[in-house]
Amino acid sequence: MAKPVLQVDGYGKYFQLHEQNKLIPSSHNVSFSVHAGELTALVGPTGAGKSSVLKGIYRSYLPTGGRILYRDAQGHELDICLASDHQILELRRREIGFVTQFLHCLPRQSTLDVVAHPLFMNGVAREEARQRAAELLAEMNLPERLWSVSPATFSGGERQRVNLARGFIARPRLLLLDEPTASLDPETAECVIRLIERLKTEGTAMLAIFHHPETTRRLADRVIVLTPPPAVEELLKEML
Amino acid sequence: MNKILEVRNLGKIYGPGCPQCIDSTGPEADTNLCPHCDSLVAMHGVSFDLFEGEILGIMGESGSGKSTVVNTLYSEQAPSAGEAIFYDPVSAAEGGKSGKQHELFALNAAQQRWLRNHRFGMVYQNPQRGLNFNITAGGNIAERLLMSDLMDYGAIRERAKSLLARTEVLLSRVDDLPKNFSGGMQQRVQIAKALATRPPLLFLDEVTTGLDLSVQARILDLILEIQQELKTSMIVVTHDLGVIRLLTGRAIVMKYGRVIEAGLTDQILEDPQHAYTQRLVASAL
Amino acid sequence: MTSHAYNFGFLDEYAKKEVRRAILKAIAIPGYQVPYASREMPMGRGFGTGGLQLTLALIGPDEIVKVIDQGSDDSVNAVNLRQFIEMTCPGVSTTTCTAECTLLQTRHRIPELPLTAEQIIVLQVPYPDPLVVVESSENKRKTMHGEADYSRLLVKLYEDIVKYDEITISHRYPTRINGHYVIDPSPIPRWDVAKLNNSAALLLFGAGREKKIYAVPPHTRAEPLVFSDVPFRVEDFRDEAGQRRVCARCGCANSFLDEFVGDAGNKTYQCSDSDWCDEQLQRAEQVQGVAA
Repeated sequence: MAKPVLQVDGYGKYFQLHEQNKLIPSSHNVSFSVHAGELTALVGPTGAGKSSVLKGIYRSYLPTGGRILYRDAQGHELDICLASDHQILELRRREIGFVTQFLHCLPRQSTLDVVAHPLFMNGVAREEARQRAAELLAEMNLPERLWSVSPATFSGGERQRVNLARGFIARPRLLLLDEPTASLDPETAECVIRLIERLKTEGTAMLAIFHHPETTRRLADRVIVLTPPPAVEELLKEML
Repeated sequence: MNKILEVRNLGKIYGPGCPQCIDSTGPEADTNLCPHCDSLVAMHGVSFDLFEGEILGIMGESGSGKSTVVNTLYSEQAPSAGEAIFYDPVSAAEGGKSGKQHELFALNAAQQRWLRNHRFGMVYQNPQRGLNFNITAGGNIAERLLMSDLMDYGAIRERAKSLLARTEVLLSRVDDLPKNFSGGMQQRVQIAKALATRPPLLFLDEVTTGLDLSVQARILDLILEIQQELKTSMIVVTHDLGVIRLLTGRAIVMKYGRVIEAGLTDQILEDPQHAYTQRLVASAL
Repeated sequence: MTSHAYNFGFLDEYAKKEVRRAILKAIAIPGYQVPYASREMPMGRGFGTGGLQLTLALIGPDEIVKVIDQGSDDSVNAVNLRQFIEMTCPGVSTTTCTAECTLLQTRHRIPELPLTAEQIIVLQVPYPDPLVVVESSENKRKTMHGEADYSRLLVKLYEDIVKYDEITISHRYPTRINGHYVIDPSPIPRWDVAKLNNSAALLLFGAGREKKIYAVPPHTRAEPLVFSDVPFRVEDFRDEAGQRRVCARCGCANSFLDEFVGDAGNKTYQCSDSDWCDEQLQRAEQVQGVAA
């Protein structure tokens, strides 16, 4: 079997709060792998650290333990925990996408340009990038009359579709999805699910957290069950 | 991605300085004034890289030394220590192979001025520092173009107008004095002036501080739009976490002249490591 | 007071040497303002003491000196300076004839007759630094000169065109010497600025109050600051009908004209350069005489 795109090996994240002089664990000893063309789903109760894992991989959190080995398009292996900021930025630009529940964009940019932005950053010509953005938005049932205006005024569902389209457009090799269908009506959620299925067939590796167990059942090739990390005292005992 | 600027161990001490200055100041000592010789250690050991098309934030409160960093890089004052290499992307584009490197603090005044006029731009918090209030908005932009040896009146006039249009200053005001403009409009003229020579590197020092929130938001939009259009590399100095969040991809946090934290902006805001940054982020929420 | 109570040329020899050294430096660095120890002269600063010190430092016993003020040999300032030179430089001859003189001191004009390599012209300067209008700190001005940073002067020209559709500087037109330093050529009209370029004669500028000497050496480039698409323009002497005005006295149609307003409000025009005007008149009379 081919080597995984991502291999998480004993990932741990503890927040050290200096003011309160406290150590707060959010993930402890998490291990799993994500393969090309497969979707790995993270499940578990609130506080199990599902988002913490995604953020650690995206390096929005600085991991405090373990290794996160990413194999890039050229086959080079890189430990995300040790990578430089610029290596991470480069990965984010070319290979790793993250779709959260929030859309950050310039208030005055047209929806088409918001979606096409990752392509602009990769040097795709403006017109071609907009063309591809338009195709994707059509596929996601976003009314064409909205394409030229800014998503700032959109409803939650509309914004989320823009957000997903932007996450998908550059075809990242690894896509991190944090409850991508949470705020969507059933019809649009179905569009998104079909799109994820298509990305799988195209070889994208995905790591996702879904709101509905039904979505997980339908899309996941592997399911990783996370449990909340032990309290600090337990961890210290374990260490001793 | 190519490096455009490499800064190593930048330091600035105001005063006589003594062997104990460095050990006696900084975040741990909770001061930037040396108790032994009363020198002000404005910054010490500041190192970072800037890549083409990147926006780097320098964050900190007043007295943290963040403005001193850009002031020395813009050759407004000489540092007491350290070096900075500017890798000129324009000469690289024109010359084909590897571009020119400039060791900023080894250049003479005329060479520094040339870089300031042709390759760098600066936008100050106080528009009076960046603009000459006694000449028109168009004249201010003309000055910068003339500094870069554009000598054609018609071309200067056209360029000034298109820059003001781009920064959303009414063209009917091109021949008015900036002292009669609103604060937000003055900043727009300053940005237009800084951009006049299409510099690959732009310094922004607290450019939205003191402006109304709605005006701030529009200026920040403008800066981001320009960055996306021109791929300008920028160093943004601010105490405002909102500005850091909106504009920058990476940030460094300074306190009492030292860099206490550096990283990806989202990481610094979501997972700050240093006690000071944690307090800063917590208080902004 | 008798003239021989003073050294030849009024200044003592040390003072003259100091001025000459400054002159040599000024010639070596065209357009650069060389500081010198401007002496007290027995007349007020502002009456041409800078030019006079240059003249007195250069003058030799065989010198033929001409002094003009606004083109005229007979105006008060010119007469006084000429008398002072005659008094303090025994043996030196003076003239009003431009062609004859070897040393010419002038205020605000350069003669119409082209000067020769055998002649030196000394201009009296009230304000030597062209940057003073845009920068008040002398320290910063020195840096700007050193780096040939004249963009702020050019901004002045830009604003002129914006406001008036043309450059309105009538005199003291900033002029770049030998591709580097920009000088204030003293309050000569734009008409005369063109004469600085590639001049056969040495041009020296002396500012007594401001204690500066500068030079435009022979055959040196002197370019008025302009935009590439807005050419330098000298004074226009055409009347409302587009006809070139002529001198009412000598009929010359290619000299710099002074305007005189008569009692009835009528305007007449006459050569500013009185020697030139006399020459033209004389020539016309000769031609007439031959014809008669």
